Amino acid sequence: MSALPVLPALAVDLAAWFPRHDPQLPPDSVYTFALASSIKLLVVFTLYMLGVALLTLAERKVSAWIQDRRGPNRAGPFGLLQPVADGIKNLMKEEVRPGNADKWMFIIAPMLAFIPAMLVWAVLPLATPLPTPWGLIDMAVATLPIGYLFMLAVSSLGVYGMVLAGWSSNNKYSLLGSLRSSAQMVSYEIALGMSTIPVLLLAGNVSLHAIIDQQAHMGWNVFSLSVAWFIFLVAAFAETNRLPFDLPEAEAELVAGYHTEYSGMKFSMFFIAEYANMATMSGLMAALFFGGWDIPFTDWDNTGPYTVFKTVATLAMFAAKTGAFLFLFMWVRWTLPRFRYDQLMTLGWGIMLPLALGYILVIATATLALDWMGVPRDWRFSVSLLGLNVVLTGLLLAWGDRGKLVSPASARLDARELARRRARSTVAPSTAMGAPTARTLATAAAGAHDVTEEIH
Amino acid sequence: MAIRVTVVERPIEHVSYIRSTLSGLMTTFKHMVDPHKVTMQYPEERWELSPRWRGTHRMLTTESGKAKCVACGLCPTVCPANCIKLVPGEDEEGNRFPLLFEIDEFRCIFCGYCQEVCPEEAIHLGRHYENAEFSREAFIYDLERLTAQTHPVSELWDPADPKSE
Repeated sequence: MSALPVLPALAVDLAAWFPRHDPQLPPDSVYTFALASSIKLLVVFTLYMLGVALLTLAERKVSAWIQDRRGPNRAGPFGLLQPVADGIKNLMKEEVRPGNADKWMFIIAPMLAFIPAMLVWAVLPLATPLPTPWGLIDMAVATLPIGYLFMLAVSSLGVYGMVLAGWSSNNKYSLLGSLRSSAQMVSYEIALGMSTIPVLLLAGNVSLHAIIDQQAHMGWNVFSLSVAWFIFLVAAFAETNRLPFDLPEAEAELVAGYHTEYSGMKFSMFFIAEYANMATMSGLMAALFFGGWDIPFTDWDNTGPYTVFKTVATLAMFAAKTGAFLFLFMWVRWTLPRFRYDQLMTLGWGIMLPLALGYILVIATATLALDWMGVPRDWRFSVSLLGLNVVLTGLLLAWGDRGKLVSPASARLDARELARRRARSTVAPSTAMGAPTARTLATAAAGAHDVTEEIH
Repeated sequence: MAIRVTVVERPIEHVSYIRSTLSGLMTTFKHMVDPHKVTMQYPEERWELSPRWRGTHRMLTTESGKAKCVACGLCPTVCPANCIKLVPGEDEEGNRFPLLFEIDEFRCIFCGYCQEVCPEEAIHLGRHYENAEFSREAFIYDLERLTAQTHPVSELWDPADPKSE
């Protein structure tokens, strides 16, 4: 009985906390903002975890189809309950902690691997703002004006999880795996960052909202900045440790790499982190190069007034783009073999980075020239850049991709180079009996032709 | 003889990364959309076993349901793995029958000699492969179990090609 009089009072208070507001304008009330943010946080987190769980199933299905198999189809319809079964299994399993492992680092590492991947989703604009009776709610968990910088800063933190995992395991293979991963991440982080500079050149802003708006009005960046997208794609594969760059967990060499010693749910966390990273990179690629939530060939979605239907449609568009990239990640994984470590480093430092730097120069020059010629910043600007990109892509395929090996300076010498070096006696003569010195090895390499012919 | 290592010269003028990746992606995509899948949905679909398939044993019975075995002792004699245990018995009419007939399926090498040597065509190998059990003891098949088996029996040779040409 005593509760009843309290109820209207509470309702009055609630109404005061969340005042009605113009649906087309952001809410004034701090409470509305806080509540909306909390709800967005929960929804995005839940959907994200659900999506990642389903991704593990999707990966197995895609790999099965590519290998002419059927994939998991026993748990639930089409195997849809397989992630649930896997989750239960992993939770029930014994967690093994090596006796000499650093206990706290060992426990913290899986979390550190997983959290940065998730943090990036806080700043990704998922759809057009949602009009509600309490004001216009922005469809990003946090509308950060420096979203792009936040993304770069956070995504490079992911390497800590792997390094700590490898180091705390007290296992040489784990340590090697984590060392590789740190070297790889550091190398490709630069190419990744550099490949997005042209995006900033066009958008003139580091806010992801501004970048998407610019693409909605000028055409997607993938057309005006194709080469940058290609570099971003390759770097994204390396950043997420996916094939062909999955050296940190190269099964054939390192048992399972940095997570060799992990079992049960901790292992599962690394597994989830891999897919979380994939989802994050796919979302970023969609936002930076494929117009984010922009629906192509139409203008109605990026001009006001905002409606609920617009929000839903653009959200679906963003999900479709992200999903397409996730599929690309899987498709490539089941197509390509792994790069060798030296090839990986050469590709990163020797090809991707110079390519990205050169492309920044080209785009900056082209932008300047087009502005100088008075080309307006709309579809005409994009088409001009597209023409440039067609030429550059043609060059890349016809000249850059022909007759060039991705291999470091220490690779096998060709016969002429070997003869030249021998003439200059840079190859030291054999000093110790039986020891395979540089010279004997070089001779063996030179004799390789003869051996081959003998066998033929 | 020393091991010779062949160093194959890579035809560097044919090297490509992007284009060959693209063609590789096309190949895998074709396989992905190809409706033909090689997986056999096991419990629902099974392999058709050859008539010569030699699996776990089965004892055939007469019309009255008794084992055909007359306890002649040929199969334990011929068995190279010594996996058949036979204790013969005799009823009032002087008919021999096995008091104890056990086959240790773990020792059995599935050579088929017992079936070949049997004068009464009583013991047979089976065209059967699902043998999972929860204990090792369960793999010693006694007479009751051998007669209760219902799977088809082995032909030992293919009737269409008896000399296996």
